[in-house]
Amino acid sequence: MRDQTVTFKGGKDGLQVTLDAHVDWPLVAAALTERLDEQRSFFSGARVTLDVGARPMRKDELGSVKAMLERREMSLWMVMSESQTTIDSATALDLRADLISPAPTDAEGLPVGTEDEGTQGIMVRRTLRSGRTLRSQGHVVVYGDVNPGAEIIAVGDIIIWGRLRGNVHAGADGDDSAVVCALDMRPTQLRISGYISIAPPDKRHKPKPEVAFIRNRQIIVEAWR
Amino acid sequence: MGAKVVTITSGKGGVGKTTTVANLGVALARLGQRVVLIDADIGLRNLDIVMGLENRIVYDLVDVVEGRCKIRQAMIKHKLFPELYLIPSAQTRDKTAVSPTDMIQLTDKLRPEFDFILIDSPAGIERGFRNAVAPSDEVLIVTNPEVSAVRDADRIIGLLEADNKGPAQLILNRAKIDLIRKGEMLSAEDVTDILAIRLIGIVPEDEHVIPSSNNGVPVTLNENSRAGMAFRNIARRLMGENVPFMPMEDDNNILRRIARLLSGG
Repeated sequence: MRDQTVTFKGGKDGLQVTLDAHVDWPLVAAALTERLDEQRSFFSGARVTLDVGARPMRKDELGSVKAMLERREMSLWMVMSESQTTIDSATALDLRADLISPAPTDAEGLPVGTEDEGTQGIMVRRTLRSGRTLRSQGHVVVYGDVNPGAEIIAVGDIIIWGRLRGNVHAGADGDDSAVVCALDMRPTQLRISGYISIAPPDKRHKPKPEVAFIRNRQIIVEAWR
Repeated sequence: MGAKVVTITSGKGGVGKTTTVANLGVALARLGQRVVLIDADIGLRNLDIVMGLENRIVYDLVDVVEGRCKIRQAMIKHKLFPELYLIPSAQTRDKTAVSPTDMIQLTDKLRPEFDFILIDSPAGIERGFRNAVAPSDEVLIVTNPEVSAVRDADRIIGLLEADNKGPAQLILNRAKIDLIRKGEMLSAEDVTDILAIRLIGIVPEDEHVIPSSNNGVPVTLNENSRAGMAFRNIARRLMGENVPFMPMEDDNNILRRIARLLSGG
């Protein structure tokens, strides 16, 4: 079997490079350099999306990968990781960054409860400010606010324990049963599956917990009981 | 120890960063502080004009970084305050002429001899902003009471948090008290509600500001200007003094004002 430390996949967004999250970083970095140099002319000019999985990466580590790619006439376009540390490092380097959650089918993920069926997602314990995008193959739970200009895209449900004022898209792969909950529901735009709604202008808005879901082919928002 | 490095930034352009830096610089100097102002907006030189020092420029920030002159040679002494200096930005170069490391090295050399180093950041979130923020101990974010400026400030705060810089403090500039009272403009409370950071000052809209800037005499030297007063208060708060907000400087909620009176703040 071929070594899985570094794998390449071509796609419409350029070259996706996936790095094993559990091998020691110096070995991974060396393997990456070696693989790129094997076919240097082939990779030259490529736009790279780097998927480092669960590995937390420091700014200098990520910076050295970026510089290494640039020396080979490639550009680091986006970083994907399950680690907030890596995402913060990427943001600090002005790179596009996507926080991803392990796919619900991921065998290496945490086992889901013993008695009740459940699905996986990510929990974010901070306020999402303008410009931040959060994507998940599962659900998203935010303990904090979602400010205007921030965006959450989840294949599953979205639960905001705070004020929702940005854009959210639940059931992004076409799940009409997905829901969005918030303690104070005032999204810029709310999408569930293929449906879109905007909050009605409401001067006398009183914060209260609400749930949004699809009924009769439209998005309904109801007080949570 | 030495100087405290304070970066003034905003995200959005035109909200009053340069005016704020000039006025805080003068206000701190009046309070006997030793201050250097650094204009980090390379390519768009402004701070020297507002400070009335444009005609004295010989060397600039890029000259210092590239070793064409000593730091002292690029430091322009203010006409009224012998302990207030300006390092102007270069007119002809761009942001890539300076790196975040250069800024850290420069401020480290200045720290022992001063009390405050104020850095005027360019608008935007790219290299120039990174340069300006890299050496900072404290960040002040200037915003106006309008939705777009607040949105950009929010983005900046997010970037600062990711860089472990902060917590930043907020200056709400150009507040029109009468419009806020009528509910036609965002109040300080509306703004801090979204941004969730500490407010260090509210600067009211003041007709004295623009002529002052044009004449190179920062408005805080004008004793009759309310904006000037607000900047003097911010300077004292930067020095760690507990200065109450001016009446009508804060939002107009009577209950909050009574609460503040009772709490002695």
